[in-house]
Amino acid sequence: MKRQAPLIITFLAGFAMILGYFIPHEPFGSLQQILNTWYMVVAAFAMILGVGNLVKLHSAKIRRRSPGFGYSYVLLAGLAAMALFGITRGIEPGTVFYWMWWNMHVPMSSTMFSLLAFFVASASYRAFRARNVEAALLLIAGILVMIGRVPLGDMIWSRFPDVADWIMNVPNAAGQRAILIGIALGVVSTSLRLLLGIERTYLTGD
Amino acid sequence: MRLFLITLSVFCVCAVVSADAQPRSPQIFDLVEPFPSVFPPEQVSARDLPNDAGGSVTVSWRISRSDPEVDAYEILRGQELEGDFSVIGSVEPGTCEFIDTGVSDGVSYFYAVRAVKGEVKSESTPSAEVSSSAQWFNRNRTSMLIALAVFSLLVMWFIYRAKKGVELFIRKISGLEAVDDAIGRATEMGRSVLYIPGIMDMDDIQTIASVVILGRVAKKAAEYDVHLHVPVSKSLVMTTAQEIVKESFSAAGRPDAYNPDNIHYLTDDQFGYAAGVDGIMVRERPATVFLLGAFYAESLILAETGHSVGSIQIAGTAMPAQLPFFVAACDYTLIGEELFAASAYLSKEPLLLGSLKGQDWGKAIFMFLIGAGVILETLGIINLSRFLVTR
Repeated sequence: MKRQAPLIITFLAGFAMILGYFIPHEPFGSLQQILNTWYMVVAAFAMILGVGNLVKLHSAKIRRRSPGFGYSYVLLAGLAAMALFGITRGIEPGTVFYWMWWNMHVPMSSTMFSLLAFFVASASYRAFRARNVEAALLLIAGILVMIGRVPLGDMIWSRFPDVADWIMNVPNAAGQRAILIGIALGVVSTSLRLLLGIERTYLTGD
Repeated sequence: MRLFLITLSVFCVCAVVSADAQPRSPQIFDLVEPFPSVFPPEQVSARDLPNDAGGSVTVSWRISRSDPEVDAYEILRGQELEGDFSVIGSVEPGTCEFIDTGVSDGVSYFYAVRAVKGEVKSESTPSAEVSSSAQWFNRNRTSMLIALAVFSLLVMWFIYRAKKGVELFIRKISGLEAVDDAIGRATEMGRSVLYIPGIMDMDDIQTIASVVILGRVAKKAAEYDVHLHVPVSKSLVMTTAQEIVKESFSAAGRPDAYNPDNIHYLTDDQFGYAAGVDGIMVRERPATVFLLGAFYAESLILAETGHSVGSIQIAGTAMPAQLPFFVAACDYTLIGEELFAASAYLSKEPLLLGSLKGQDWGKAIFMFLIGAGVILETLGIINLSRFLVTR
């Protein structure tokens, strides 16, 4: 029964969602929205589990004096400060939480995001080496698109932007759509396996 | 000549006398009202919005002849033709449709539209009676229902054949063939296996597919006695992953080797998570990194960091925009559908493999439909493409 109950719940919930997609009449029409709301409520409460896990792991690191345990102090202090100021003083403009968010969190996130530029450069350097025919094609297409997307390309030859657009709108779009069709079929196949109880890896216990 | 003049005089006198005797007949400019400064909208019609859950009516009209000068159109609704109509909404000039979502099913309504220009308002004649109702089937999705039914039947047919013991040929997926070797490499090097299940929550099918694959990887890791590290960015993914890994370790006969602390939460924040995982990669230098699930801009940051520490990387996602990054930075990439096929492929269970076969046949049908669509569109026959479009 421990295994059958989740299977039955999965089947009923999944089947209800499918019915909700095809039947606009109540109660089916709003099922998806209701279940999504339920999910959001559950996920919000599950946040406590995440925070609890974080506190537990880093407290243990500090207790054990594991390598880099100093960073755990920073993490726990940051977590406590944000939660404390957010709950007691609010999150509106002018509050401490707001200041910390915009002057500490956002710049740090932007720093991580900006690393992407350097990673794109290093990955492109490896990918654009013309080792075989496919890599050479990738290199040529990449160069044409890059030249076509900058003002310099237009200055060299006015048709470069058109060539870049053609590569993006025809071969690239065709490839992406083929991938998307495959993904859609994969999603349906995976969903069927789960709904029919063929895929049971997610189940535990006997 | 005299006779002519006398006749003309008599005629004129008679005419003057008769004109005075009769009431004055109305002149042509008295009959026609002055031109209105704003013409009203015309041909106002209202119909129940099809394929919906009820509670809405579509009102359409032909725009006023004074449309360029009109400030707005006001939509009026009343329950009786001769009764009061109240304004329920307003739209900009040039608009000829309004969806009223404030109606009750089964109640009759009349609609009128009036053009407004400053203080001047010019109202149309009311529409015919209309009432809204909910539908039991969204006919715009008929093609989707047929496709789903055909595809489901195909999958179930191949599952049935697999149950009967028929051997099914499944094409080789090199990224999945490399999973065993990748975990074996970690064993030989004495380093860990890092598994990243994407940054989305459990309501994303990619995350579901990823945690299912995690079960297979965890089982293999337990058999090889490799340290498996799974940092996650969502609490629900953490609890699910913990349960799956625990089950896999038990299935591999190594329940003692399971440590729940190896599957832990980092942060919900996208780049905070990327920074955390990058830190783990640099500190632990894992032999193998799995990047399977839904990724966004952090995909290349993670993959390049993994590459820089010398890990063998197997990535897979159904986000088309992130696939080129993984192809460029990782050793193996599961492209789109291969991510969803991975669990079945790794399990080698006939039932699961049957679903993969159905997936391949579904693709064949799509290829046929695309070919047929191209030919029919070229010939100017657009019925097939119209039928296939869902809204």
